Formats: sequence, structure tokens, C-alpha cells
Amino acid sequence: MIWWKHNISFRSAQIDTLTIWLLRGGAGIAAALVLLILLFLAVESWPALRHISPERFLTDPSWNPGEGMYNLAPMVSGTLYAAGGALLLATPLGIISALFIAYYASPRSGVIYQRLVELLAGIPSVVYGFWGLITLVPLINQLHPPGASLLAGILILALMILPTIALTAHAALLAVPGEYLRGAAALGLSRWGMIRGVALPTAKTGIVAGIMLAAGRAIGETMAVLMVAGNVVQHATSLFDPVRTLTANIALEMAYAMNDHRAALFVSGLTLMLLVITLSGVAEWLVRNRHA
Amino acid sequence: MPETSVKSAHACRDRLAELVVYFVAFLVCAAFVWITGDLVRGGMAHLSWDFFVDSPRNAGRAGGIGSILVSTALILLVALMVALPLGWTVAALLAEYMPASGSFGYTVRHSLQVLAGVPSIIFGLFGNAFFSIYLGMGFSILSGGLTLACMLLPILVSTAEAGLHAVPDAYRQSAAALGMSRTATLVHLLLPVAAPALAAGLLLGIGRAMAETAALLFTSGYVDRMPGSLLDSGRTLAIHIFDLSMNVPGGDAPAHASALVLIIVLLLINMVAMRLTTGWQHRKITS
Amino acid sequence: MSSKKRSGSNTLESGQPIGQDNNGYTLGPMQAGPACCDPQPLIQVENFSLRYGAQIALDNITLDIYRGCITALIGPSGCGKTSFLSSINRLTDLIPGCRIAGCIRVDGSDIHHAACNVQALRRQIGMVFQKPTPFPLSIYRNIELPLREYGITRRADINVTVEQVLQDVGLWEEVHDRLDAPALSLSGGQQQRLCIARALALDPKILLMDEPCSALDPIASGVVEDLISRLCGRYTIVIVTHNLAQARRIANYAAFFWIKNHAGRLVEFGNCRQIFEAPAHELTAAYINGARG
Repeated sequence: MIWWKHNISFRSAQIDTLTIWLLRGGAGIAAALVLLILLFLAVESWPALRHISPERFLTDPSWNPGEGMYNLAPMVSGTLYAAGGALLLATPLGIISALFIAYYASPRSGVIYQRLVELLAGIPSVVYGFWGLITLVPLINQLHPPGASLLAGILILALMILPTIALTAHAALLAVPGEYLRGAAALGLSRWGMIRGVALPTAKTGIVAGIMLAAGRAIGETMAVLMVAGNVVQHATSLFDPVRTLTANIALEMAYAMNDHRAALFVSGLTLMLLVITLSGVAEWLVRNRHA
Repeated sequence: MPETSVKSAHACRDRLAELVVYFVAFLVCAAFVWITGDLVRGGMAHLSWDFFVDSPRNAGRAGGIGSILVSTALILLVALMVALPLGWTVAALLAEYMPASGSFGYTVRHSLQVLAGVPSIIFGLFGNAFFSIYLGMGFSILSGGLTLACMLLPILVSTAEAGLHAVPDAYRQSAAALGMSRTATLVHLLLPVAAPALAAGLLLGIGRAMAETAALLFTSGYVDRMPGSLLDSGRTLAIHIFDLSMNVPGGDAPAHASALVLIIVLLLINMVAMRLTTGWQHRKITS
Repeated sequence: MSSKKRSGSNTLESGQPIGQDNNGYTLGPMQAGPACCDPQPLIQVENFSLRYGAQIALDNITLDIYRGCITALIGPSGCGKTSFLSSINRLTDLIPGCRIAGCIRVDGSDIHHAACNVQALRRQIGMVFQKPTPFPLSIYRNIELPLREYGITRRADINVTVEQVLQDVGLWEEVHDRLDAPALSLSGGQQQRLCIARALALDPKILLMDEPCSALDPIASGVVEDLISRLCGRYTIVIVTHNLAQARRIANYAAFFWIKNHAGRLVEFGNCRQIFEAPAHELTAAYINGARG
């Protein structure tokens, strides 16, 4: 018995073949885009990397491109503090919001609250920054001048990533099989007991993936922190110190940067991109291996 | 009694949890009301018909946003004209022609996912290096539009692919049994049926593009005059808000109004997109 | 034009002389199969096997489908009847990992031959599925779409064909004034008749029907069944059915499938009278009488 092979592609109309090649071409362009971006970032960074060794980016005395000083450490710490603080604040609030929609709210108010969170997610970062500038910063200024500070950056960033965390956590909670919850109820667990004992552990990977996505978003955020965090190049020693993040650094100095300075900015951009790619890669891997 | 003390401890914990949850929900609602309230209050006063039509004068302190709206529309148009055909063809390929485990399809999907996560300032750097400098477009609407197209690609592809996947297989089988070529099936049957999902994805893309700022700072520039051609520099509404609030002292009032306009437009887009999506899902279930 | 003798089938039995018109029926009553001429095979299946990946769905099927007759494929669920049906118009090509062996000839030519044009093949073969699947377009467009695909673009021609096929399936009176209404607004039975009309629009030689009445209510089912009986003689029909009474009512030939060693096999093939009243194989008898399956 000879088994013949039949694959899916047809030997039929030529137009089908043409279509497939057209589609493949388009997909190739899309796939090549990432490589193109990495390529150009690398090409633009190269002049700096050629005669500035990598450690100098962290150990130079200061960030002063005019005098050849390229210490990115204050910006890196600014990014980490702002993103870290925002995550610390937004994660519990986001997860609790998701719990509210899933288990505590009545169906109608749950839907309204979910729409509200989705609307919050849709507000552009520039508008968040603007609101922070005119409302939040003067408020903080009254507490402890100047108002434009790490605290303002953390609060605004937290507002921005809270919807992401809430919506992904909600999706993860919805995916908890109904049988688990009914089993918990049958065992006499109270609502909080069921949430803590059954729902949250089951939805754990989805929630963590959402947090990683939000972290990537917080690290990559530019406009809002640019507008409210003060933009002084320094390591923050208190919540009320103004800081500058890597992204804000690029946005502020690109306009007039030349040669090595510009290349150094591209280096910081490249590192940022690789960091965010790693984070989203880990998040995706978590989601894919959810059932492992 | 150990049981009742455990029970009352549980009841206490439940009460506490419930209070915390309701409090957090209240906080979030309050934040939302605060932000929108501030924007509406500050912006309403400055809105007028002239505001929509006039060009900005005196660095934006006076006049309106007419030229800004035109620039925004042009940049959006350039971005969509490039991203839509590319995005929808990639989606058609992924949904209809690629087996789930093929390596080419996997690479394409994966690259798009990576693209979706890249921060917008990086797109700005790329756009500046590639479109503005390497391809010589300078600070222009064309350069900004092309950069935005790169950013919109992942959204358009994923929504269109989901829309095509949702078309029941029975239609494809019937069309194949009638001997229709795959191209004809795609063009005459699948795309029209998936059209609401594609439209919803398009609107989402438009919303994302309009909210974008960082990618356009170094690609389409800052000029607030009415653009004469695609190679002229132009600023979008989002950049206008940024400029007014950060660089122009006394620009708060027009910035408020611009922010209000931007939010209202985005709200409308989201509402229509949501209506289309639920309508499409409804049809999927009932057909 | 010689009849092939094969085990279990007897095409010239019960003394009906060939060629005699029988009371105005172009096809004789159920006893004899087509009486107007020697039954000629239109589809010849020789040692055909089909597998999905490692799972064998059909094992070594050999049978002939005769021109102009209704052949019923009967047997319990899961014994490959639908797979067999889908192999005839090569719809199995759409399933990844599907492998075949053996040969299927339609009108003399091997359908798996490299030179065979699959679309031309599928134009000759119409297929109707279990669940009515009209396209979510208007009634008119459902029939227009395949016609345009085959190059019939003149509006007048399309209108003629639309009216003709809708008359054939008995839908014309019901829908002629609302051809632009969405096809999904029709009832289940009407939708299935529309699907049959759509298949007939391409003027096929063969109609494959996969349990066309099983998703319909009894009244609609009866209407579709009458339609299928009327189509007999003009088209060669292969129908998969679980409803033995239906097979008895409308079919001329029956092929009985069964599962052996996890693969579908053909147990017996013959004309309907013989299969239902005097089956040669004990398994067939057991299935017909409801003792098995």
C-alpha cells in the first residue's frame, strides 16, 4: 500500500499562488520590521560604543555629554524607582479592582466599573501628564516643594498601569473554571476564603503575566513622567526629589544631541528596548506554560 | 467553642476584605471622576467654534487648533494608508494560509508581539534614524505617519486575525465544496463577514495613533502652521497639548480645551468600536 | 456498458427486463435499480484507504456508485461515512495530515492524478452538509457567488439560473419576492433547500449529501426528502444517513459500513431491496434489525 501525500496547498488557479506570494511578502515585511528597528538602533549606537566602554555608562562621574561624561545610572535609578513604586501601588489596587468586578459587584455595577477602567486605559499619556502637571504637582508642592517629583511620577504611572493590571487580572479570574468555585462553595468556604484559597492561586500565572506587561509599560512610559517628575539628573534620596527617567532623558535631549551624545542616547534606547522585550517574552512564556 | 471562634474570625476577615474591595473600587471611581471633572471644567470654558477652525497664534496662547486638526488628520491618513493594507494582508495570511505550527507563521506572530511591546519613544528614535535621516524625509508628516504605521501594525493584525478566526469553518467548507478558489473565498465571503471586527480594529488603531506623542516628537516635528504638503512638518493634537503645557507659559487654557477635545474624540471612537465588537460577537453566536 | 459482477451486488435480479419503461417511471421501482439502461458506474472506488495522521479512518473500500441512482451510505457513527463522502470531492485536502491510498475514479479519470484540476472536479460534484450553511449574505448572492466564480457574469444568465434552481428545490414560490433578504432569515428547512439549490446552480453531475435531514424538524425533513427523490435520475446522489427508513424510502443502492479494528470498512454493498430484505452478511442483518449499532 503506497500512501500518497496530500498537502494543503492547491495546484489550482494561478491566482491562488499569486495571492500566497503577496501575503508572504507582506508578512515578511512585518517580521523584518523588528529586525530593522534593532538594526538601526544598533547602527546609531555604534559610534558611542566604539570609544565609550560599557562600564563608563554606569561609572562616569556624571551625565554631562558636553564634557564627555555619560553616566546613565541616575536615569536608570529614576526609571527603576518610578516604575517600581508605580507597580507597588498599582498591583494591589489593580488586583482588588479585578476581584471587585469578578466577585463583589452586582452584574450591572460590575459592567459599569469595567467600562470605567477601560476608559481610564484609553486616556492618552499626554493628558495624564497634563492633569498631573496642573493638579497633582501643585498639591504635592503644598506638601513639600517642589511639586514635580518622584512621588508625582509614581502616582501618575500607577494611575496609568492600574487599568492594565486590572483588566488582565480580570481576564485571568474569568478563566478560573466554574467547577473550582462551586466546589469551594460546597465545602463551605466564605467568599474571601474562596478567593484567597482557590481563585487567586489558579489565576496566578495570568495575573503575574499582566503585572509583567504593566511593568514593561511603566518602564517604557515617556510623556507623563516627563511632564511631572521634574527631570533633574540625580539619584533620588526621598520621594519628593525630582528625577529623570531614561525615556524622559531621550525625549528631552534628542532635539539637540549630536555625535557621541546622540549615539549615547541611542545606546540607552537600545538597552530599554532589550529590557522590555525580555519582560514581554517572560510574560508570554508564562501564559503559554500556564498549564505546565 | 473553637468552631464558632474560627467562624467569627472568618466572618471578620470576610467583612474586612469586602470593605477593602469596596474602598478600592471607590478610590478608582473617585480618581476617574476627579480627572475627567478637572478636564471638563477647565476645558469647557475655552471651547468655541472658532477654537476648532482658527490656527494657533502667539505660540498657541490664542487662536485655535484648526491647523493642528488638519495635521493630525494627515498624519493619521498616511499611517492608515500604509498600515491597513499591510496589516490586513498579514492577518489574512496568518488566519487562512498558515498552519498553526508552521515556522514562518510563528516568526511573524512572534515579531508582531515583540513590536506591540516596544515603547513609543523607541519608535521615535527609529523613525528619526530611518525615516527622517536615512530616507531623508526630515521632520515631516510623512515621516511621522510612517512611524505611526509601524506602531499600528500589531493592533491591526491581531484584531483582524481574531475577526477572521471567528468566522465559522462551515463557511469555508461550503465554499471549498463549491469549488471556489481560496482567494475568492477570502475576498467575497470571509472579509465581508469579518468586516465589523476589522472595523473595530481599525478604530482601535486610530485611537492609539491619536494618543501617540513620543513617537512623533522627532519625526513629525513641532510646527503649528497649516501644513502645505506631506513633507511639511506638522504637530498633532497630543503634541500640541504637550507643547502648551510644558513649553508655553500661560498656555494652560488652550491646553485644557485641546485635552478635552482629544478625550471626547477618543471616547467616541471607543464607543463605536465597542458597539461594533459586541454586535459582531452577537452575530457570531446567533448565526 | 457491461455490468460488473461483484460480491453482494446483483443488479439485474427479480426478472425486470432491462430497458422497459415501467409505468412512466424512468427509474424502476426499488426492486430493480435503474431499468432504463444498464447501470453504469460513475464513481469507481478501488481499494481506497484514508488516514488522518496515524489514525486509519477508512480501510480498503471498493465499490461503484451508479449513474443516476441514489446510493445510501448507512452504518453507525464513526465508521468513516463522512470521510468517504469528503474524499470523493477531495474536501479531505483541507485537513492537514490526511493521507490516502488507492484510487477513486470519477467518470473514468483518477481524481488524485497530478493533472486533475480540483476546482473543476468540485464543480462537477455538489455537496450538502448536515447543518444548513447558507452564506450570511442575501438569498440571491448565495447562488450568485459560485456562478460568478465560474465566469458567469451576465446578470440575465444569473437570474435565469437562480430562478431555475429555486424552482427545482421548490423555494421559488416562497422567496421570489424577497431574494435580497438575508439567507439566515429562512427557516432550517428552507436554508437546507437553499444550500441544495446553490449546489445545483453549477449543474453538477454528482450530489454528495451528508445527513441532509438530520438537523431539520420532521416536516422540513419530509420536504427535503421529497426533493431528493425528485432529483433522482437527473443527478447521481450519494447520501449518508442514519435513518434506515429514509434509506429504504428513497435509495436505490445501499452501502453498509462498519468499524473493524478501529478503521471503517465496507461490509456489504448492493441494491436496496437486497440489503434491506435479504442481506448476505450477518452484520448487515443485525444492523438493519436494530440488534447491533
